[in-house]
Amino acid sequence: MLSFDTLLTGACQGLIWAFVALGVFISFRLLDFADLSCEGCFTCGAAVSGVLIAGGVPPALSVICAFFAGCIVGIVTGLLHTKLKIPPILAGILTMTALFSVNLMIMQSPNINIGKHNTLYDQVNGLLEIGRRYSALIIGVLLVILVVYALYWFLGTELGCTVRATGDNEKMCRAQGVNTDNAKILGLALSNGLVAVGGSMLCQYQSSANSTMGVGAIVIALASIIIGETIFKRARGFVLRLFGVAIGAVIYRVIVTVIIDANIMSPDNLKLLTALVITVALGLSAILDSAKKAIKHRGSHKKGGA
Amino acid sequence: MEEKNTPMLEIRGITKIFHGGTINEKRALDNLSLTINRGDFITVIGGNGAGKSTLMNALTGVFPLDEGEIILDGKDITFLPEHRRARYFGRVFQDPMMGTAPNMEIAENLSLAYRRDKRHGLRWEISAKERELYAKELARLGLGLEERMSSKVGLLSGGQRQALTLLMATLVQPKMLLLDEHTAALDPKTAAKVLEITEEIVAEAGLTTLMVTHNMRDAIEHGNRLIMLKDGKVILDIAGEEKKNLTVETLLAMFSRVSGEEFASDRALLS
Repeated sequence: MLSFDTLLTGACQGLIWAFVALGVFISFRLLDFADLSCEGCFTCGAAVSGVLIAGGVPPALSVICAFFAGCIVGIVTGLLHTKLKIPPILAGILTMTALFSVNLMIMQSPNINIGKHNTLYDQVNGLLEIGRRYSALIIGVLLVILVVYALYWFLGTELGCTVRATGDNEKMCRAQGVNTDNAKILGLALSNGLVAVGGSMLCQYQSSANSTMGVGAIVIALASIIIGETIFKRARGFVLRLFGVAIGAVIYRVIVTVIIDANIMSPDNLKLLTALVITVALGLSAILDSAKKAIKHRGSHKKGGA
Repeated sequence: MEEKNTPMLEIRGITKIFHGGTINEKRALDNLSLTINRGDFITVIGGNGAGKSTLMNALTGVFPLDEGEIILDGKDITFLPEHRRARYFGRVFQDPMMGTAPNMEIAENLSLAYRRDKRHGLRWEISAKERELYAKELARLGLGLEERMSSKVGLLSGGQRQALTLLMATLVQPKMLLLDEHTAALDPKTAAKVLEITEEIVAEAGLTTLMVTHNMRDAIEHGNRLIMLKDGKVILDIAGEEKKNLTVETLLAMFSRVSGEEFASDRALLS
């Protein structure tokens, strides 16, 4: 049944997915760019971190390397879109597909295990000695707060403002002298950098990485964003919006962990459920609209008849 | 400022062909030449497809030209990309949705315009001093927007947005102001107000201005020079006293004399 342990595990994983959700928030919401390269990028972050940690690199440094690897992925997608004029979805798919091979090249095998090596979580637990999951919770909370405020700061700078404005009205941006190609590439680099950090953290949390761990990442991120936005609907201010996305990821992951733990459904069906939830969330306004119209229509019909 | 008597803009024989080599080939600009002097306020009229908007887009670099060159203030800008020309041209579009970012605050939109000719760095946006400047400029519009600087632009009406876009286009003084039917989508009263604001801003800074309009009366009442386009060419160019004494009737008569046909745009006649 529902136990504190389950909730704790869910929260720890949710804090990891918060990075991915924040990354996708930049591309999907701010840039209005449905970037599917996120799936391969997540795995890429995990692969980079896994290989580096296995090679003796300090875990913290491996996270930073994963971030930059993600940035490169974003730049590639951005170049495909802006310079070669490939539509956003296709550009993302191309990068994602290429990454399957690239990730295998990085890992040299379909999966790697770093159980013998110390990860960031082990290191912090070594210092605090409060158990691995509590350490994970503390690291997760601190890093998410750090990332949210860093993002808030960056998106408020002149440069960050060009990224937001490009997503909002590209034509106007060019008229105001913004190089919108660069703004898009920058936004995508940042977005994918964060997604890769998520991959790196998950790899360290479960002490392993495999070539398919990113499948469905974009859907999980979207679910997190939608949950966060629904809960923080009335929130004013950009910081709260960003925190909403992160909290949405935690809530999503807790729900999933509870569902699996209570044997309500098999983990195999999880992706189907996620897709259904998102479909309903995205389609809800359309469904409500048509329902309203139908009710109105019936009302006017009655009036006409009377 | 360079010499007073060099022209601000020289358009030399520019041609733009859309869908070249197909059955839909369209010569939107046909060897068009035009010299614009410093401080000219030119109104541009012409029927649908005459090349008015294409001319604006050619100047601002939305697409590359097939032939010809554009010299702005003595500098050849023919091959400069769009975002690099932005510092020279302030633009207001016909669609009020086009000139502003709806999900950003009024102040944020202005700050983007304020940095038009600067590099975008990592400085945190909008100092208190800048806000003061924006408030002062917004107050000039007389629309009360200075009280709503933190509102999202998406909440403003079409007329308010056009006024804001106008302010954004001129916040950093451009070499030229390009108005592409910027009042066409507004109701008559709002259109008149926006035109009034336009006159004020242009007069105050002595801006060299190109204003495309569908409205003949507006074209006659505003500016010191009027040009008419047809099939991608300038077919009428009226300035000085002749422009001042112009009426809709004489303009129509001139049009049929030059082009050998009646002016065919209902929109221009009726408005």
